[in-house]
Amino acid sequence: MNPMLGFRAMVYKEVLHALRDRFALIFAFMMPLFQMVILGFAVDTNVRQVPTAIFDQSGLTSGDGTAGSSASREFIDRLRNADTFHVYKFVHSDAEMNEEMVAGRARVAVKFPPEFARDLLRGETAQVLVLVDGSDSSVAGQAVTVTGQIGLDESLRRLLGEQAARPIEVRPKIMFNPASRSPNFFLPGMVAILLIFVTTMLTAFSVVREKERGTLEQLLVTPVRPLALMLGKITPYFALGVAEVCALLLFMNFVFEVPIHGNPLLLTLLSSCYLFVNLTIGVLISTKANSQAEAMQLAMMIMLPSIFLSGYIFPRDNMPWIFFGLSYLVPATYMVNISRGVILRGAGPAELWLDALVLFVLGVVVLLLAVRRFKSMIV
Amino acid sequence: MAAIIADNLVRRFDAFTAVDGISFTVQPGEIFGFLGPNGSGKTVTIKMLCGILPLSGGTAHVDGIDVGQDPDAVRARIGYMSQKFALYDDLTVRENLRFYGMVYDLYGRRLERRMDDIIARINIETYLGRQAGKLSGGWKQRLALGCALLHEPTVLFLDEPTAGIDPVARRQLWDLLFELSGHGITFFVTTHYMDEAERCSHLAYIYYGRIIADGTPAELRRLPGITPERTYRLEITAGEVTAALRQARQIPAVRSATIFGRSIHALVDDACPQDQLTQMLTHSGVKIEEVRTLLPSLEDVFVELSERRQKELEAA
Ligand SMILES: Nc1ncnc2c1ncn2[C@@H]1O[C@H](COP(=O)(O)OP(=O)(O)O)[C@@H](O)[C@H]1O
Ligand SMILES: [Mg+2]
Repeated sequence: MNPMLGFRAMVYKEVLHALRDRFALIFAFMMPLFQMVILGFAVDTNVRQVPTAIFDQSGLTSGDGTAGSSASREFIDRLRNADTFHVYKFVHSDAEMNEEMVAGRARVAVKFPPEFARDLLRGETAQVLVLVDGSDSSVAGQAVTVTGQIGLDESLRRLLGEQAARPIEVRPKIMFNPASRSPNFFLPGMVAILLIFVTTMLTAFSVVREKERGTLEQLLVTPVRPLALMLGKITPYFALGVAEVCALLLFMNFVFEVPIHGNPLLLTLLSSCYLFVNLTIGVLISTKANSQAEAMQLAMMIMLPSIFLSGYIFPRDNMPWIFFGLSYLVPATYMVNISRGVILRGAGPAELWLDALVLFVLGVVVLLLAVRRFKSMIV
Repeated sequence: MAAIIADNLVRRFDAFTAVDGISFTVQPGEIFGFLGPNGSGKTVTIKMLCGILPLSGGTAHVDGIDVGQDPDAVRARIGYMSQKFALYDDLTVRENLRFYGMVYDLYGRRLERRMDDIIARINIETYLGRQAGKLSGGWKQRLALGCALLHEPTVLFLDEPTAGIDPVARRQLWDLLFELSGHGITFFVTTHYMDEAERCSHLAYIYYGRIIADGTPAELRRLPGITPERTYRLEITAGEVTAALRQARQIPAVRSATIFGRSIHALVDDACPQDQLTQMLTHSGVKIEEVRTLLPSLEDVFVELSERRQKELEAA
């Protein structure tokens, strides 16, 4: 029997549902754009004028006294001129530096150790200690803090990069981002997360809704094939997802002025594999969930690893090995890589085909799981 | 060839047996009424016959096809209306019809022709553009019936099709069922209404998982033991029916008596023939208008059978 029997009927019906509930459709479409605006600006403003305290001990060995060394003064001037930092105070002891941080007056403190100027003079690697305030425990706050940190690193690196002759080491590790603006780094990754809203969430609800209303039972008595039913439900949302990708890229490009170094068409094409996985995950969720509330909870369970394990916020290289391993199972990981690859590095198909293939295979596997679960509901 | 053959059907849910080895045969073109108290297993039986609930035991053939072997082939030949309205509220009448046609692989001209045919048959022209959720209960059921008919099924399963709709719509729906059954479609209908049961050509009564009666309405009324031995039933129409009831109940030969509208239904000992009873009543001042012998109603039959089965269950 034709495994796609009923596919066209399902697409016809799903499109009608979507058009009938136009408000919900527009809302679903706009929400990722709003979120990009809100988070994008939050990131953007947070890495500007970060209150910074300086503790400079380097003058002690260079003979310049407590005013610091000429090397550190040059560095501090650069910090002052950078938009990212607002140097509001010089402190004179570890205790004082600590107090500024604890009181929340400084979100960043930069310490030049006594050996700083001496190490530079000897041609050895000099170290700068950077303290970043990480006390905000809310998720959004953490996101901002961490990206702030990234922005900070970027700025420091750029400032120091221009001084190539002088080996100065700043920790933590620095990320790849030519423009040194954190939105450039943050937004391409965010696309992967935002797309979940118009894919997994929507399909997760669409089957459950039919279960709740009893229309699914009515459908099961017809000869419609499970595969056709699921693909029919997925198809309209797939189109919506592609439109969403385009809208997000345009937004990123025009509102946040993030340049796309690679081919946007390639990015859209590769994203479609990601859309496919997310849609099938939604369908799998709905074969399991018995109510819309349950579907929502399960969808959130997909959301969290996507945010925290994909490398969108926390660099995967710094993860404990278990999370690093798990991150390979999270579709968003591949999408973050694809998105950053095309947008930031101008990567092409040669670099990214494997990520896209993994996504596609994941999608097929999840779809087959969903079909199997679905078949076990009927004879 | 029979339209439906159920042979020793069993359905268990964990330890609970919802359907406990039922068997029956429905001939083509029959309107088969499946009756029973709530929770007796009517819906479960229908779902098994439609191939959406696996059997725990027994076999079922629908239109000659073994449901367990080839549920897909069964689904292509049957129509099903679940006990809950299960069309898409936000789609219009026409869109619902078109969708169900497409699901059965009807497209283009053939689909349009089938739709026109169904629309005329269920007489729903006026509401074609209305969203299904905004139809009245009666029209919803007609639409559901229409959707179930689009692919010209040979057997239709209707689970409580008239629950919660008004009497006029109920009557009209049944008229439609008769018309369709005249075209050779077999109906499997569950209902709680005795007047609907009377209209079925074949009845089965299921009581907590077991079928305890199976036959035409006339056969069921003549089942032994429904009217106790050496008694007969009378319908007595009289003025001042409550006073008459009181008098009737004082006569020892009257085993039981109840009011139906302006009449009394009485169960009388054979020892006291009809003439003698009328005389006794007239004597005590009852103005009798009409007396006739009565077969038990289907309700009498089902109540009696249920009580009997209940006693068996308690004894066991
Ligand atoms: N999916 C199920 N799981 C467990 N029990 C069920 C299920 N479906 C029905 N039942 C039980 O089977 C019995 C018969 O139900 P049903 O066929 O719906 O009755 P009705 O005759 O009113 O249609 C009921 O006791 C019901 O609770
Ligand atoms: Mg029922």
